[in-house]
Amino acid sequence: MATVTIRDLNKKYENGFHAVKDVNLEIRDKEFVVLVGPSGCGKTTTLRMVAGLEEITSGEIRIGEQVVNELPPMDRNIAMVFQNYALYPHKTVFDNMAFGLQMRGYAKADIDKRVREAADMLGIQVLLERKPRQLSGGQRQRVAVGRAIVRHPQVFLFDEPLSNLDAQLRVQMRVELKRLHKRLETTAIYVTHDQVEAMTLGDRVVVMKDGRVQQVGEPLELYGRPANKFVASFIGSPAMNFVEVSIGGDGVAQTEGLRLRVPERIRSRSGQRVTLGVRPEALRIANGSDQDSFTTTVDVVEPLGNEILLNFRAGGVPMVARVDPGVRVKMNDSIQLAFDPQRLHFFDAQSEAAL
Amino acid sequence: MLIERKWKKWLYFYLPMAAFIVFTLFPFYWMAITAFRPDNELYATWRQPNAAPLWTLHPTLEHFVGLMKTTAFPTWLWNTMAIAMVATGISLVCGMFAGYALARLKFRGSEFLGTAIFITYLVPQTLLFIPLADIVRDLQLGNTPWALMLTYPTFLIPFCTWLLMGYFKTIPKELEECARIDGATRFGAMVRIIFPVAIPGILSAGIFAFTLSWNEFIYALIFMSSADQKTVPVGVVSELIRGDIFFWGQLMMGALLGSVPVAIVYSFFVEYYVTGLTGSVKG
Repeated sequence: MATVTIRDLNKKYENGFHAVKDVNLEIRDKEFVVLVGPSGCGKTTTLRMVAGLEEITSGEIRIGEQVVNELPPMDRNIAMVFQNYALYPHKTVFDNMAFGLQMRGYAKADIDKRVREAADMLGIQVLLERKPRQLSGGQRQRVAVGRAIVRHPQVFLFDEPLSNLDAQLRVQMRVELKRLHKRLETTAIYVTHDQVEAMTLGDRVVVMKDGRVQQVGEPLELYGRPANKFVASFIGSPAMNFVEVSIGGDGVAQTEGLRLRVPERIRSRSGQRVTLGVRPEALRIANGSDQDSFTTTVDVVEPLGNEILLNFRAGGVPMVARVDPGVRVKMNDSIQLAFDPQRLHFFDAQSEAAL
Repeated sequence: MLIERKWKKWLYFYLPMAAFIVFTLFPFYWMAITAFRPDNELYATWRQPNAAPLWTLHPTLEHFVGLMKTTAFPTWLWNTMAIAMVATGISLVCGMFAGYALARLKFRGSEFLGTAIFITYLVPQTLLFIPLADIVRDLQLGNTPWALMLTYPTFLIPFCTWLLMGYFKTIPKELEECARIDGATRFGAMVRIIFPVAIPGILSAGIFAFTLSWNEFIYALIFMSSADQKTVPVGVVSELIRGDIFFWGQLMMGALLGSVPVAIVYSFFVEYYVTGLTGSVKG
């Protein structure tokens, strides 16, 4: 069990591409931390540097108390699950799982015990004699996880391990991974581009973009108090609606067709333009008492069963509202919607930082 | 409709296929039939009554016996086998390491080195034998099997390196990364994971290298002078064509026996060999 400390980590490739910029992270013992971001954001590079598969340009990585910058991967006592599983095709499932233990000189009986233990935990006992090519995607995934856990490493590293599975299996494996982590209590770093995976798995989530950490926080903290427009747009589905508004002297923000009162902290920005962010669920069908309401025409109705997504235009941009499934709305209906004043986000129009 | 389709399949598939097979196999057939044809039939004209140019009425082993008794054919066969195996072994080992390095290690000038190795393969042997002859003489290797065992790798190593480099590139690098995390060194990951996974590629490279050495002619002709040091291709041609007399029966028997080991090697590994050339490993 161990903490992972990353200080001022940088990765610059020989072709000049600066993949990871000044990343600082403190991962606590037994914590499940998810690195999430769009492709090319540096999350996988960061993970590979922790694994020792990528050289560090500058900065420091510690696992526990030990600085591991110069340690080869084999000496870091970590285990990694790869996106393509990376099972050794010429070895049976048993040998795949045993390989790491054999390399470390464990006794045969011990290896056997540990492999069977892990196989039990993952429900793959019957597969032990098979070769990887005889397994389905989900089974391979389990074997890859099994290979990681037999060694009882200090840290688990996951590099988009669920991306190659179909949607249903992905949800199932997600739950299993979470259960497994609870049981094993091992520090884990998990890389994904899927924000749902990040939110459901992570004790804390690290949102990255262009090699920089945008925000670190618990899932609901990221959702409720995004540090900037990027985090706000990346976390949550459907994404947050954004519209540029100008703040008037009377504490009212407006843009074409929209008018709403802004909280106290935004009033000092009078005369400026800011970006208003509204989550789809912070919009509701207006009733008579709502003050900040507006009228619009529904473009598209997406009934999802547990909710209905209404697509419309307001303030000159397309927006989405998430409303109760009981609401009866058709395409081209004119509706009146209201903002939930407690759940509005404002971002600086230039720096995009939350206000 | 169904009948028309069948007819089309015959015309566009079976017929061209049959023509192709006949075209490819006829020389082998001719070689085999000539090897078992008695001399009087061999040198008779086709216009003679009862002539059967495409088969023989009196198959005989006289050429086989002649080849074994009057020439050093068994020695040539042995020489060829030993030389081809040693040359293939050397080339495969070098090719595996070089191919791995070029496929996986990023070092300054690695691309240039790859191209340079390939270019050496393009230098024709007919040019290369001149400097090589000088070296072979200086090392006093002339007329010993080592002259060929050490010169064949000059064209086999670049060949193996390139074939294997291509194959190694198709193996996901995560496999060895995983092995390195699992506790293997880079060398250990290469030997324990990458090489076993690359067996189809290694076998194809080996088969090709073996065939190339087996059939090699120029170096064998130049570096070997005494009859008991010759390889099959050179021995057959130099000992069985005397002046302007071709001993067709023995020539063809020698060629037939010479091609048998290669055919056997191919047939054993044909499956690996196809995967080796078409590549791709699934994790």
